[in-house]
Amino acid sequence: MKIIVCIKQVPDTNEVKIDPVKGTLIREGVPSILNPDDKAALEEALRVKDQHPDTHITVMTMGPPQAEEVLIEGVAMGADEGILLSDRAFSGADTWATSNTLAKAIEKIGRYDIIFCGRQAIDGDTAQVGPQIGERLGIPQVSYVEKFYLEEGKIRVHRALEDGYEVIEGQSPILLTTIKELNEARYPSIPGIMRAYREDCIKVWTYEDLDIPSTDIGLDGSPTQVKRSFTPEQKGAGEMLEGTTDEKVGSLVQKLQEKNLI
Amino acid sequence: MGIKILQDECVGCTLCVGACPFDAIDMIDSKAVMNDNCTNCGACVDACNFGAIIKEESQMKQMDITQYKDVWVFAEQRDGQLMDVAAELLGEGRRLAEEVGCELSAVLLGEDVRDLTDELFAYGADKVYISEGEHLKQYTTDGYTKVLSKMVEEYKPEIVLFGATHIGRDLAPRVAARVDTGLTADCTKLEIDPEEKGLMQTRPAFGGNIMATIICPKHRPQMATVRPGVMERAEKSGKREDQELIEFKNDVTEEDIRIKILDVVKAGKASVNIVDSEVIVSGGRGLEKPEGFELLQTLADKLGGVVGASRAAVESEWIDHDHQVGQTGKTVRPELYIACGISGSVQHRAGMAESGQIVAVNNDPEAPIFSVADYGIVGDLNDVIPKMIKAYREKV
Repeated sequence: MKIIVCIKQVPDTNEVKIDPVKGTLIREGVPSILNPDDKAALEEALRVKDQHPDTHITVMTMGPPQAEEVLIEGVAMGADEGILLSDRAFSGADTWATSNTLAKAIEKIGRYDIIFCGRQAIDGDTAQVGPQIGERLGIPQVSYVEKFYLEEGKIRVHRALEDGYEVIEGQSPILLTTIKELNEARYPSIPGIMRAYREDCIKVWTYEDLDIPSTDIGLDGSPTQVKRSFTPEQKGAGEMLEGTTDEKVGSLVQKLQEKNLI
Repeated sequence: MGIKILQDECVGCTLCVGACPFDAIDMIDSKAVMNDNCTNCGACVDACNFGAIIKEESQMKQMDITQYKDVWVFAEQRDGQLMDVAAELLGEGRRLAEEVGCELSAVLLGEDVRDLTDELFAYGADKVYISEGEHLKQYTTDGYTKVLSKMVEEYKPEIVLFGATHIGRDLAPRVAARVDTGLTADCTKLEIDPEEKGLMQTRPAFGGNIMATIICPKHRPQMATVRPGVMERAEKSGKREDQELIEFKNDVTEEDIRIKILDVVKAGKASVNIVDSEVIVSGGRGLEKPEGFELLQTLADKLGGVVGASRAAVESEWIDHDHQVGQTGKTVRPELYIACGISGSVQHRAGMAESGQIVAVNNDPEAPIFSVADYGIVGDLNDVIPKMIKAYREKV
């Protein structure tokens, strides 16, 4: 079986804070991590390989040169190879241009049975790239995968709904987007880390390596554009109630009563 | 293509460095230089007081956008029940249609769902497009994408809105890709550009730390998903003479649907509906133990409300995920939101900042939750909450 896992390096948005005076992002010391939903995608692929050792796993990412770090992490966890799509020509891509680029690279790889993607990345939260890769490749998809079974060539998953789940059966080739609740990811192994650094298992593909028109990638291939970005407006701080606890509570109840809220 | 720094104009003031949300500008020899982190967001263009940073026009291929008109709302139904978000989208869609000066339509897919059309008309749809068939009974990516894409290609709407549900977020990207247009996810605000008449779609990014306004200038339709609970629902009104039902014949066959839904399992217990409640008493890590929620439940019961929770409390498994408010939980806007022992991360605030009145109780006077609170009480919630329950009982 051949599996491709699309992953992304993201800033750990839980660690980002807003400068209370300037209202800007404090970026210093914010670590870059493998996106949590993507880590679940990779872990699930590795579990297939645990069961079927002849499985070949490619981890792929598009990003700046330092995004190689997540591919190294992926190989250290047990993937066979990593492909980094990196070129200034790819930058400024929205989800459609990103999906076009990744789909083209997947076509260049050739045969595959399953494509795993994380449902969404924590820096954008769009959940669009997985389905749009599927559309570009013309293969079926199941998103929000919270359980995955592979039995006698049949793929069976649970797709999470807001109030339950669907049990879905599919056949390869198929694209699945996974949520982080799917599994508990393993840590990189020592032999894996050594292999990731020692062997030549990370490839870098640039625009020249992909047979794709420039109008399909990067900013020019992006139907959507960011017109403006800004930090959310801070509501003016309200009133801090003073006094003993009884006094504070008393004045709160009175104020809420005046506003007919209680 | 993209953002360009004019080195001759740059005075080395570093304003842009501070404005960049992505750490993409370095100062080299007292000049600003863009590095590979740049996402072309344009924050630096606005920040530069010297006209030294410009956004170059894109070389994008252009489609004829003038043929596209009307606002469409995907009227999601499950098991023959209209989802609440459909009414919210019709409320918002009406506002947008008036600003653009066009009609508002609802699109309904399913099997035997004709009785829902009256509800859609009552919510103000000028037209309802309906497409039915046995292969549309349950939502499938393949079936719904096929029909909706064909409808878009035939009728050419200018704007298409979806609820950002597990179905909307599965379907919309696929349709947008098939009809080759842009899509903006999880919008919290939609506006019409008064000059260009284009849709300005504002959404949180970076875990809610920044807001981005997205446009889709050269492709149609302009497509967006909108988080449930964010927009005001349409008021119901009587049927009008000019409302029109349009039937769209589809040719979806069994072969089109490449996956098989074997079963749909509903969550066992009745889940709490925090989105529709007017009063929410929410707890976070400051409760220190699961029993803390019993105290909050008592207060919530007194106030006729429900209990919410921060992600920290849910991840500590003190309370079910159904109660979670915030970026990865639900967006709520009750009349009264009481945050107890919640520090107020930006992710949490993103889900509750639109509440009518916000009360925060926290023992840390520096907790960010106080920055959005109308009334703040610094103190131990195990002391404050019982006193609130008592004071409420005595006074009200």
